Amino acid sequence: MQQIINFIIRNKNFLLFLLLFCIAILFTIQSHSYHKSKFINSANFLTGGVYNTANHISEYVGLKSQNQLLVDENRRLKSMLYNLNVDPETNSLDSIHKAYYFSNAKIIKNSFSKSDNILLINKGTNDSIQQDFGVITTEGIVGIIDKISANYATVISILNTTSSISAQLKKTDHYGTLNWDAKNPAVVQLTDIPKIANVLVGDTIVTSGRSSIFPKDVPIGLVENYKLDAAENYYEINVRLFNDMTNLEHVYIIENINKPEITTLLDE
Amino acid sequence: MNNLLSVNTIRFVVLVLIQVLLFNNVNFLGYINPYPYIIFIAFFPAKSNRILIILSSFLLGLFIDMFLDTGGIHAAACVFVAYVRPVILKFSFGTMYEHHNVKFGAVDFGSKLTYITLLVILHHIIMFSLELFNMSKILLVLKKTLFSGIFTILLSFIITIIFSRKPK
Repeated sequence: MQQIINFIIRNKNFLLFLLLFCIAILFTIQSHSYHKSKFINSANFLTGGVYNTANHISEYVGLKSQNQLLVDENRRLKSMLYNLNVDPETNSLDSIHKAYYFSNAKIIKNSFSKSDNILLINKGTNDSIQQDFGVITTEGIVGIIDKISANYATVISILNTTSSISAQLKKTDHYGTLNWDAKNPAVVQLTDIPKIANVLVGDTIVTSGRSSIFPKDVPIGLVENYKLDAAENYYEINVRLFNDMTNLEHVYIIENINKPEITTLLDE
Repeated sequence: MNNLLSVNTIRFVVLVLIQVLLFNNVNFLGYINPYPYIIFIAFFPAKSNRILIILSSFLLGLFIDMFLDTGGIHAAACVFVAYVRPVILKFSFGTMYEHHNVKFGAVDFGSKLTYITLLVILHHIIMFSLELFNMSKILLVLKKTLFSGIFTILLSFIITIIFSRKPK
């Protein structure tokens, strides 16, 4: 017993180092698996508050370009609205037929230079945001909600090596998985598109609506180039994003109202 | 002693805030960010308790991780660097360290450069290999270590020159 205590006292520095190093590695491993890292994330009171204050100051710099984006979107929506031939008799305001509910939020921490990028938005459980809601901008998809606190939530960006989103070609219904190889923040990879699909450079890639997170036909990007994978059965496609992921401010959160029904059905 | 404690506490808070609010948004050429917060570990008083420096480095790394959503990569790298610091000190300052009178304000430029370079390279290699977490991307790890490392070393020197006390 005496010897054990002596050993511990003699090697206390090394043992402490080993302990803390293992804890840090544990946090790292947890952060690499989806929805697992519980303690160390930026959606808490302290870190969210600091980022929120910093964002209040810096948002004035981008005010002009963000206004321009919103004006453009308004114009597009207005033109859609007036081109719709809505019959006033059937135009009801009830939400029974509405499958998706949109709410807006602001990115208060953007990140795109790491291999697992996570964003922070200024909405949380107080705004009835939940895990696995989709996040998009006017131009294309951004990511999926991960951790939520009272006023903040983290978003797993599509620029994250652990994220995988179902996507398809716009012209046909061949679908695959959207991944990122951590090399270029403007280009993501679409894999598992069968060889039989007729892919061309410049084709539009959209979400497939098969995951109950994103609705169908949310734009993602254009095919930049493609090649067959090692087994020569599937295409590996490089997709240039419509979104400039390095310059995000106003985003929309999509809630699928039918999602609880779908998940209970799938769990049965 | 009290003065030393308050100086290091202020340094801790200021370096964490500057790192997360400023240096992590540099993104030079798309992905190169400096991490000069490790000068907290580098200039921690040389003769202080080793347990103290290992614990405070862990806390420093953990705070950075919390802000950047990186799991525990900064904490792991910081703890490692804090643990091997005496070896690097001995290597770069030689006899001066053995006589326990290293004053970081008064050492010559060459040994200071060796010291900071070794610390930064070790820290960055561990951090980036944990971030990518993939043996097949070892080249990307080395590339990021090299570019970010040069950036960090430069900035660390600029910061130390700006904030060093004038020798009387």
